Amino acid sequence: MAMDKNEIESRVLEMLEEICDDEAVREERDVDLFEAGLLDSLAAIEVLVGIEENFGVEIAPTAVERKEMNTVNKIIEQIAVRL
Amino acid sequence: MGFYTSPSFFMASAFLVVPAAVLGLTGRSMRAYGMTASCLMMALLFTGNPQGLAALGVFLTIASLGAYAVHRSWCTEGGAKSLAVYRAALLSTIVPLVIYKVGAVFDRDLLGFIGISYITFKAVQVLIEMRDGLIERMDPLDYLYFLTFFATFTSGPIDRSRRFVEDIHAPRPRSDYADLLTRGVMMMFAGAAMQLVLATIARGFYDASCAPAGTLTLDALTMPVACREVLRAYGYAAYLFFDFAGYSLMAMGLGRCFGIAVPANFRAPYIAVDIKDFWNRWHITLSTWLRDFVFMRFVRMATKRKLFSSRLQTACAAYMVDMALMGAWHGLTVDYLAYGIYHGVLLAVTEVYQKRSSFHKRHRKEGWYKVASWFVTLQLVVLGFALFSGQVSGLIAAALG
Repeated sequence: MAMDKNEIESRVLEMLEEICDDEAVREERDVDLFEAGLLDSLAAIEVLVGIEENFGVEIAPTAVERKEMNTVNKIIEQIAVRL
Repeated sequence: MGFYTSPSFFMASAFLVVPAAVLGLTGRSMRAYGMTASCLMMALLFTGNPQGLAALGVFLTIASLGAYAVHRSWCTEGGAKSLAVYRAALLSTIVPLVIYKVGAVFDRDLLGFIGISYITFKAVQVLIEMRDGLIERMDPLDYLYFLTFFATFTSGPIDRSRRFVEDIHAPRPRSDYADLLTRGVMMMFAGAAMQLVLATIARGFYDASCAPAGTLTLDALTMPVACREVLRAYGYAAYLFFDFAGYSLMAMGLGRCFGIAVPANFRAPYIAVDIKDFWNRWHITLSTWLRDFVFMRFVRMATKRKLFSSRLQTACAAYMVDMALMGAWHGLTVDYLAYGIYHGVLLAVTEVYQKRSSFHKRHRKEGWYKVASWFVTLQLVVLGFALFSGQVSGLIAAALG
């Protein structure tokens, strides 16, 4: 599937905005979403399910550690390497 | 030979650590020696217990066949990636534990052996992560070594295979091993002091029949019955922590002597400020195993199928499933099941409270709130252990005559 970074980015932001229920995710791409209180462990699983539904990429709950997926940019990166 | 209880265990361990230390300190691989030492200790563990040994053999055969089938189907080029194979392997690996636990309800020892609860978790983790594509290859000997590594065989900590295999294959410079060995030996001594001294004193406090001479016992104090029961519960909570955390430290230490950085099981659990925090500090390898392989999978399944209308409902249901299973894993008795359900309810209530209460959101970072929260949590935890120990059901039975 050909999908460039911009397209991944816009779809990820849309998805995160819905899961976190907060537009703040769009502002800062490198802020720790857990520390900022935008994501918790439950929302993080919704992110994994959302990634599977949006991109067809399955990421197992034990595949990545939290510190590898705690910012918008890192989430985009994790999807990009799997596409 | 009782692991971590009989003097012969400590003597055999000390004897076996010496060659391991020599190998490690000369920068050589300890894998082959570790496997040999582990087999020796397993032979000693099952001496005089042919039935247990046979049950272990049955388990290892089933688990190995399951892992082989799943590996073939999911991890090899052109494999069928068959869900049926995966499910059959998973089911057959869990079946001996289920039969054993159900048998215990009827006072029958079926397929049971010491350590079955822990080894089952390890074998299941391997199957799930093979299916997830996280384990691509696994040497059969590494697999067996992982399942039967003697330091953690009887009561954990529940290690993870990818971490374990990395440890036994990673080239370890001499100085790194020296550091690991030093810490390992210190952990063994600290753990022994916790288990043999502190846990013994705590136990003697609430159970005078095992009190060492000269220590304080509950029976020596005059007070109303209700106070006595409360102190008994605190004594038991202290005993359980020192006993299990002491054991876990010794297992971590012994593991390190063999070059394996066994993960920690406890992190000051009685300073937890809420029940979620408590489960991040108490029996950590069990709670994180359940989090990764039960809680998260349940949430994922429920979210995909939209079983619940809100995230909060999903979370509450997942906590109940997670903790009920935890209780059942300890044993299918009224006390253990009540303990699991109790903690499931506590976690669900905590989740709702923290998400919904504006009072909590306003004050959660303030000192007095944290202290109050810690105090309430500790009481709830001690009450939970009074369920676990059978103290509560005993009192109820007595009250009902």
